Amino acid sequence: MDLPIPTPNADSRPYWDAAQQGRLVLQHCTACGAAQAVPRSWCGKCQSPDLVWLDSGRRGTVASFSIVHRGPTKAFRDHLPYVLALVDVTEGVRLMLNVIGDDRLETRIGDKVEIVFEPRGADAFKMPQAQRNDA
Amino acid sequence: MTLRKQHSARITGVADTAMGELPGSTAMGLHAEAANAALTDAGLKASDIDGVLCGYSMTVPHLMLSSVFCEYYGISPTFNTAIQAGGATACIMLANAVALVESGACRHVLCVTGDNRLTGMSRDGAVAALATVGHPEFEQPYGMSVPASYALVAQAYLHRYGISRDELSAISVAARAHAALHPKATKRDPLTLEEVSDSRVIASPLRLLDCCLISDGGAAVIVSAADAARDTRKPVRVLGSGQGHTHEHIMAAPSLTEFGCKTSSTMAFAQAGVTAADIDVAEIYDSFTITLLVELESIGFFNKGEAGKAALAGDLSLGGRLPTNTHGGLMSYGHSGAAGGAFHIVEAAHQLRGEADARQVDGAELAFVHGDGGILSAHCSLVLGQE
Repeated sequence: MDLPIPTPNADSRPYWDAAQQGRLVLQHCTACGAAQAVPRSWCGKCQSPDLVWLDSGRRGTVASFSIVHRGPTKAFRDHLPYVLALVDVTEGVRLMLNVIGDDRLETRIGDKVEIVFEPRGADAFKMPQAQRNDA
Repeated sequence: MTLRKQHSARITGVADTAMGELPGSTAMGLHAEAANAALTDAGLKASDIDGVLCGYSMTVPHLMLSSVFCEYYGISPTFNTAIQAGGATACIMLANAVALVESGACRHVLCVTGDNRLTGMSRDGAVAALATVGHPEFEQPYGMSVPASYALVAQAYLHRYGISRDELSAISVAARAHAALHPKATKRDPLTLEEVSDSRVIASPLRLLDCCLISDGGAAVIVSAADAARDTRKPVRVLGSGQGHTHEHIMAAPSLTEFGCKTSSTMAFAQAGVTAADIDVAEIYDSFTITLLVELESIGFFNKGEAGKAALAGDLSLGGRLPTNTHGGLMSYGHSGAAGGAFHIVEAAHQLRGEADARQVDGAELAFVHGDGGILSAHCSLVLGQE
């Protein structure tokens, strides 16, 4: 069973559109300088509407993770075990991602990861995901 | 912090229904059963109720649950609304009821909860429905679930404080020992550290017996104005309340080791004019072992990284330093959504009235109750005291 793909809205569409091109983009507030993970029409720090989208360097660190053995839906139960992680992206935001790759079950807190794009479903919708760095 | 005026409201009636697997039960039927029992407990009648607060039900998802309940039950209050804050719902309902009676808007407010989420939907259905607290675009498509989200908190906690598996398991074991003393608890068989530590992994590091139950059940609490409480059976004082709200989604939590329970409990203690050290019995939201662990420490009952050791040493058990979740909590007594958080209030009232039978904490004069909604997102603390 295919894993779900998100349904973008007006706030989030630039994020998912960029992901389809293999780019991770993040919102930055031009008023206070904060970056935010979940896209919004307003800055979640200072409530300014002056936000710009900037490309991320796609690097991060695992803040926490769990190896999941009991999925919330049928689709995820077909993919057990999977690694759910909180990744602190260098630009200063925290994303929830899956750690993917052959060594995913070796994930540890503090691991350096690269944000990569994993195709899902018939239309190969690209999801940002985390992959542990070899080095 | 601005010093707030002391509360004057009283809890005048508490009740919960049977717990666990209740075939033939309905969400509204459980609401009504709990309401009837709480009115009997208070010595009040349905017509005395002028305010109604409902929570939410997963088997009856509705825009106007409180209106649905009042129609079903057959009452026409002059204040009526529903409150949704996940596991913090019951405590937040109570805090709202306190504000209603202290403002003069109401005399007797019925806070009523119930859900038949075990027999009214499948366990898989309940797990999937609960996962919708995750962000629909940025968390759910990654397989977020409530246990997996608390597991993220647990992993960060274990990494930082390096506690042993037994320290986590001791939280479940202590709760089960209390449940064994409560005739209505769902799980009453003795439980060992090994059984918890060897139970199957749900989302590492959390195992099956680190997790709460999914139950059918209901509970109701009646809050009355001070003067209106005089002719009720055995009122309990509300001394302090407080809330803390830092995020909804775990990816947006400002910290993975410090949560809004610190703010909410600080407010509640200050208003009551007491400290954590004064509390005789604690009834604290315990959806997972890690939930209780971080809350006990964040609230200030134990130092960071020490609550597991305390549990292992018996500090959370009857006769210990801080008997906690004396009914067995969400892991052994039962968890029916909004009602799950209300069970903690019901037990605190029973303790303060000296009606907790075999699990009575000797000389319980001050109780602390805490609710947590979402992934340690919404917090509400209460300090309750003997009349």
